[in-house]
Amino acid sequence: MAEKDYIQGATGPWEVVIGMEVHAQVTSKAKLFSGAATAFGAEPNHQVSLVDAAMPGMLPVINRYCVEQAVRTGLGLKAQINLHSVFDRKNYFYADLPQGYQISQYKQPIVGAGKLILDMPDGSTREIGITRLHLEQDAGKSLHDQSPRESFIDLNRSGVALMEIVSEPDMRNAEEAGLYLKKLRTILRYLGTCDGNMEEGSMRADVNVSVRRPGEPFGTRCEIKNVNSVRFVQQAIEYEARRQIEILEDGGKIDQETRLFDTSKGITRSMRSKEEAHDYRYFPDPDLLPLELDPAWVEQIRKSLPELPDEKKARFIEKLGLSPYDASVLVAEKESADFYEAVAKGRDGKLCANWVITEYFGALNKSGKSMAEFTITPEKLGGLIDLIADNTISNRLAKDVFALMVETGKDAATIVEEKGMKQVTDTGAIEKVIDEVMAANADKVAEYRAGKEKLFGFFVGQTMKASGGKANPAAVNELLKKKLAG
Amino acid sequence: MSIDPATLTIASALEGLAKKEFTSVELTEACIEAMQAAKPLNAMITETPDKAREMAKASDARRAKGEAGLLDGIPLAIKDLFCTEGVLTTAASHILDGFHPTYESTATANLWKAGAVMLGKLNLDEFAMGSSNETSYYGPVINPWRGKNGEKLVPGGSSGGSAAAVAAGFALGVTGTDTGGSIRQPAALCGITGIKPTYGRVSRWGIVAFASSLDQAGPMTRTVRDSALMLQAMAGFDPKDSTSVDLPVPDYLANLEGGVKGLRIGIPREYRMDGMDREIEALWEQGKAWLKEAGAEIVDIHLPHTHYALPAYYIVAPAEASSNLARYDGVRYGLRVPGKDLIEMYENTRGEGFGREVQRRIMIGTYVLSAGYYDAYYTKAQKVRTLIKKDFEQAFQRVDAILTPTAPNAAFPLGAKTDDPVTMYLNDVFTVPVNLAGLPGLSVPAGLNGDGLPLGLQLIGKPFDEAMLLRVGRTLEKAANFTARPQAWWRQ
Amino acid sequence: MSLDRTAVAKIAKLARLKMEPERLDAMTSELNRILSFVEELQAVNTENVEPMTSVMPMKLRMRDDVVTDGGNAEAVLKNAPQRQGDFYTVPKVVE
Repeated sequence: MAEKDYIQGATGPWEVVIGMEVHAQVTSKAKLFSGAATAFGAEPNHQVSLVDAAMPGMLPVINRYCVEQAVRTGLGLKAQINLHSVFDRKNYFYADLPQGYQISQYKQPIVGAGKLILDMPDGSTREIGITRLHLEQDAGKSLHDQSPRESFIDLNRSGVALMEIVSEPDMRNAEEAGLYLKKLRTILRYLGTCDGNMEEGSMRADVNVSVRRPGEPFGTRCEIKNVNSVRFVQQAIEYEARRQIEILEDGGKIDQETRLFDTSKGITRSMRSKEEAHDYRYFPDPDLLPLELDPAWVEQIRKSLPELPDEKKARFIEKLGLSPYDASVLVAEKESADFYEAVAKGRDGKLCANWVITEYFGALNKSGKSMAEFTITPEKLGGLIDLIADNTISNRLAKDVFALMVETGKDAATIVEEKGMKQVTDTGAIEKVIDEVMAANADKVAEYRAGKEKLFGFFVGQTMKASGGKANPAAVNELLKKKLAG
Repeated sequence: MSIDPATLTIASALEGLAKKEFTSVELTEACIEAMQAAKPLNAMITETPDKAREMAKASDARRAKGEAGLLDGIPLAIKDLFCTEGVLTTAASHILDGFHPTYESTATANLWKAGAVMLGKLNLDEFAMGSSNETSYYGPVINPWRGKNGEKLVPGGSSGGSAAAVAAGFALGVTGTDTGGSIRQPAALCGITGIKPTYGRVSRWGIVAFASSLDQAGPMTRTVRDSALMLQAMAGFDPKDSTSVDLPVPDYLANLEGGVKGLRIGIPREYRMDGMDREIEALWEQGKAWLKEAGAEIVDIHLPHTHYALPAYYIVAPAEASSNLARYDGVRYGLRVPGKDLIEMYENTRGEGFGREVQRRIMIGTYVLSAGYYDAYYTKAQKVRTLIKKDFEQAFQRVDAILTPTAPNAAFPLGAKTDDPVTMYLNDVFTVPVNLAGLPGLSVPAGLNGDGLPLGLQLIGKPFDEAMLLRVGRTLEKAANFTARPQAWWRQ
Repeated sequence: MSLDRTAVAKIAKLARLKMEPERLDAMTSELNRILSFVEELQAVNTENVEPMTSVMPMKLRMRDDVVTDGGNAEAVLKNAPQRQGDFYTVPKVVE
């Protein structure tokens, strides 16, 4: 680890160690073990089957698609797929856990070790180990703020399929943790196995944080439960690491505990309801049999995988000549990558990347619209880039054209035509302008010729201005040099 | 005409209905009368006479249209462990106070589909945990058979109400469930027939779970033929139960009278235990002789791990039960005893709602699954279970069925075995290995002991070979010619 | 292995069973009686024996991803000892 990653405490440097357990809701119509719907935002207890409410005598039957999604995710994380896995019961009492146990996978998960590549801002990459992925049921929801004496229980989420994706403790700062979460979300979205919508709770992270002196063994960790945004994950880590360092530097020791991130105060605090020592008494669920996967089925799923962000990024770098940074920006969302590819088809990859990343994304963000709603289509942006490439307009002028495209929804060629913005490449016309500029600035011409060469830029600017921005900049440069040389 | 249901079997009643000797309404009315007269036995938790009359009427209408099903018009009673739509379902526990399911168990739905009529819900040991029906929140069931001096005896358990209802003659057939012997042992103690099918044969959906990997529902009747008829209706693949087996249900009546000529019947030497009741041993010998006489070959077999079945069972079953019973928490149904916070509400509800035996088993189950003890107890027990299953697999390479006694003793007086839980557990010593191996087991009444109390013989079969079991059972039934009936003392 | 009163109280807590002190004593001796009975298992040689996971040799069946259930709040709330509208209610929980 680079020293820049250490946190300087009062008594010396500390290293933060972070591992994450991400709960990702499987994109499926029905629940993991029941036929109730999973859609977000239903009326309380309206998406609850007798199985989800743990009525006496109810039994679980597994949803094939959820299994398929877990396998697909495992393959996307380059992980080992376990052809034999087992569902266990994790026993504990809680108001929103109707069975008194959660069906999960303990010793034999469906997916084993894999990896995830972080794309660092400097263009480098860093590998984070994935320990495992398993399938489990979500619990219901307790609402504590509806009444002074009671908590309200809604079981709509009870039984929804989750993938718990566990990382190795391979992250060393809040930034990496944020990148991990974002990259994981990107992969899940590419695969279509989780919508990654953190606001609706489709993705939640339990963050394990510990600190140690560089080179020492891992310290005692605290688990921060159910953090639901990238920003909160980073804030929680920053706070928690500082808190632990302060305790250790004061000669105290860290209690292994579950903590909650208070988003309003930006602090973590011990969770009272989880204080009691747990003994989950895991054992194989006797209502279910071991899950055996057909290797041919797994192979079929593997073949159906889309191109994933890492491969796409590599292709963008190799085949389209993009910088690693630009490539990683473009692949972060599948929609952006698809947009870019549509623009870049048959055009200069680098030029297109610049336009998509700076101009297009900029305008899109300003508009507050989604890519689908936004007026600029790949065809329109491509049309504009074509006008630059064939010297009809300059890159500089193209930005004005783009602004007008966003404003009016018209395509580039129409705007250029209507506004007479075609670039002037006729050397005679440009020479005429240059002559006028030189005549009007005879003193500057003299200074230039006496050696003040940095005035060259001034002449370029004046010439462009006089041409209404339409003069071809390359031609202006060339002709100016010649003329000024006398 | 006046009908005495105690003299009927399902088969004979179906004949009577077919020949229009009586209607289902008449038959049902007679059963209701007999059921209400049998209140001293405390066999019922809930009687549903109105529902029964309604169903009987509908049955008569179906029969008139020529649309009668396999069991059309036959009054049955249901162990109160099966969820029945709109009808109080208690598992004989205080904790399910007032619970009216909005659904019907697959097994009972199959019976109603076959045209059967429901008389009501039968008493049982709380959550089917017990071997004497003394753990019921609704009080013990009294065996229709009485002791030599008129003392009240237990009917066995957990399907004690079920066995008593058939023995008393007010239901032609009943459902039972069997986790460690709960169909076969009470059948033996009450002088009736009962079959625990192969694990996976009858759907568990909608039956209050005790120990999921062992529970299996089955019929209890007066005759082997009646059990075959009822099982025919109850069994079948159910996509709602992941452990239900997707195999066709054979015609159990087709070869019922096929006899045992040329069959090989195994006698496991390990079942001959030290201090075994002489009369039980003699009956077992008699059973061997009957089958031999009927043309079977008797084969000495070896089931070396038999001795460890009971201890393994008393780890696996409570472990599963401790988890299965976690859902009774006072939140969504049943009893709630208030508390100052959520945890206290749980503790009060469960402390008050579960009886002693259930609490004991929850405690044992919780302990054997807890950190540090799991491998020593639970994993060990599941390994022993593998060995027990292997014992049977090896034996069944040589034999078609196995003959053993059903229970180590006849019916015993109330309270005789309640002081020490383990003494009670020993009642299941011959039946438990069958559940651990998932096999089918049949108990057939085979004789009376010196005190005039019924004794049963157990037949154990290969997986899904219920047809063979019933066939051998029928041979045994014919040979034993068990016609004794308890006196209807409860009517006085 | 033998359990003492404290251990039994801990198990009761884990199982969410309220147990009065006098009941705790009886339970302790009953549990120890049962535990000494099952202790016999330790005598069995189970080396290289797989613990049983399913008694019938079957594969786990899977169902299609189709919504076939739910949509009837009353069916799941009907038996609730306490409710507020379409919510179950419990004594307030502080997280």
